[in-house]
Amino acid sequence: MSLTVEEVRHIADLARLQLTPEEERRYAGQLSSILEYAARLLEVDTAQIPPTATVLPLRAPLRPDIPRPCPPREKILSNAPESEAGMFRVPPVLE
Amino acid sequence: MTALTDLSLLEAASALRKGDVSSTELTEACLARIEALEPQLHAFLAQTPDLAISQAKIADQQLQEWRKKPEEPLPLTHGIPVAIKDVLCLEGVPTTCGSRILEDFRPPYSATSVSRLIDGGVVVLGKTNTDEFAMGSSTENSAYGTTHNPWDLNRVPGGSSGGSAAAVAARMCFAALGTDTGGSVRQPASFCGITGLKTSYGRISRYGLIAYGSSLDTVGALTRTASDLLPLFTAMAGHDPLDSTCMPDPVPEIRLDDSNLAGVRIGVPKEYFIEGIQAEVETAVRSAVEVFKALGAEIQEVSLPHTDLALPVYYLIAPAEASANLARYDAVRFGPRLKSEKLWDQYLKTRGALFGPEVKRRITLGTYALSAGYYDAYYGQAQKVRTLIKDDFETVFKEVDLIACPVAPTTAFRIGEHGDDPLAMYLEDVFTLPANLAGVPGMAFPVGFDRNDLPIGMQLNAPHLDELALFRAVHAYQTQTDWHLRKPDL
Repeated sequence: MSLTVEEVRHIADLARLQLTPEEERRYAGQLSSILEYAARLLEVDTAQIPPTATVLPLRAPLRPDIPRPCPPREKILSNAPESEAGMFRVPPVLE
Repeated sequence: MTALTDLSLLEAASALRKGDVSSTELTEACLARIEALEPQLHAFLAQTPDLAISQAKIADQQLQEWRKKPEEPLPLTHGIPVAIKDVLCLEGVPTTCGSRILEDFRPPYSATSVSRLIDGGVVVLGKTNTDEFAMGSSTENSAYGTTHNPWDLNRVPGGSSGGSAAAVAARMCFAALGTDTGGSVRQPASFCGITGLKTSYGRISRYGLIAYGSSLDTVGALTRTASDLLPLFTAMAGHDPLDSTCMPDPVPEIRLDDSNLAGVRIGVPKEYFIEGIQAEVETAVRSAVEVFKALGAEIQEVSLPHTDLALPVYYLIAPAEASANLARYDAVRFGPRLKSEKLWDQYLKTRGALFGPEVKRRITLGTYALSAGYYDAYYGQAQKVRTLIKDDFETVFKEVDLIACPVAPTTAFRIGEHGDDPLAMYLEDVFTLPANLAGVPGMAFPVGFDRNDLPIGMQLNAPHLDELALFRAVHAYQTQTDWHLRKPDL
């Protein structure tokens, strides 16, 4: 299994990562070697094997639904790169 | 006279109780040691001396009160200076995960593990270096520079909890918190000649642990001995309503007053002694197994037949989970922003520029493994093979109580040795990944030194939630050996 530079660019775009042409080339080579190494998994017969998503018993313990205070707005916004009128500020999403 | 920083955590706790030393004196001794050694080691990303001194003064006042009523319980962690890996949130203190994308981030709350330790009276000296988002085995992936191994400054301390391991080995603190997703507590503990606990998945709350691989991430701790580790484990373990994967099972009371291992069955998996393992590592591990035998343990060879598949399984599952977890770094709510006219471009530019090479590699790999057309072949297949690996452990734990094996194929490697070859670096994790995939606990501890005077570690693994067995066995070993008492010449 090998990955082309175009495929790497496409995947990086899906993940919202801008890569330099040099990074695209390097990752194409490195990810191809990793996938080649991982190809040994494809030889394992797993037709009768269920997947493991978590090692825990499937029923998660629930907590009582009791409201509790959350950190104040100013504290949350103090980490924001830009804020305005008590909200996060972002560039326009729509034209 | 023994330097204060050379005391074990338990010796320091005992001296605090007797009034032979104050928490402020212990804290000042650690801060002086950090100031002296930090330029060589770079174990810390943030130091919190003011916080530490104020916590120590409060701890001393409380100790004075306690001495009037010494029958009241007092945690052994009370007044003890510790360090915290920089992937665990501490309210108001910069928490970067070793990444530029979280530069200057100050968490609005503390991780449950951290706040439970603070409730137990610890003094926080600072945040320790880590591979970016805990992705790495050497701390070379930290955006803020590599930590150096206290035993040889030209070598890595291991990773990703390398800052914590170096700080404990160099006596900058009495204990440090780490996290273990694929070996990140055990491997640096091994490389630095100290004791490190990877807890069972679900034993300690992950609330406030900045997520990497959510089905694998565990909080752990590093100290010089198993007996020093115990008070930290006791303080942190147990259900947290804020983490639905934190198990409600009661945490057993563990006493380490018995070093007899009669009747304990230890399995040695043949798949862990493979070609490529450093001969001195194998010799040291096999000698340590003889020590367990002399302590009364029954030794038998066992088989974990799917061991060689753990590496490809891990390097599909962990990056897949990481690619989802790291989607939150969008330069909207926290972190620096590379401004753009359009939101879309802002995502691309900020994430492209501020994530480091290994993080971008894993996000790309994980996104690929989850993408349409490849999901079944890669991620789905990896999850099925994960079942086989987990079943291997369950089968073997019907026959034995513990599994004994090496932590890493070699002792600490040189800084830069793996260059830009990610697969070579991933192979460092070959013996530690299976425990994470199976969710079982493990403890790494020193069992010798190689010809370059570098520490050799080994690990024990136990069934899920049976940390008790690890503590008993490693403590017993440490009553018979003195590897854990050696310290680097700094």
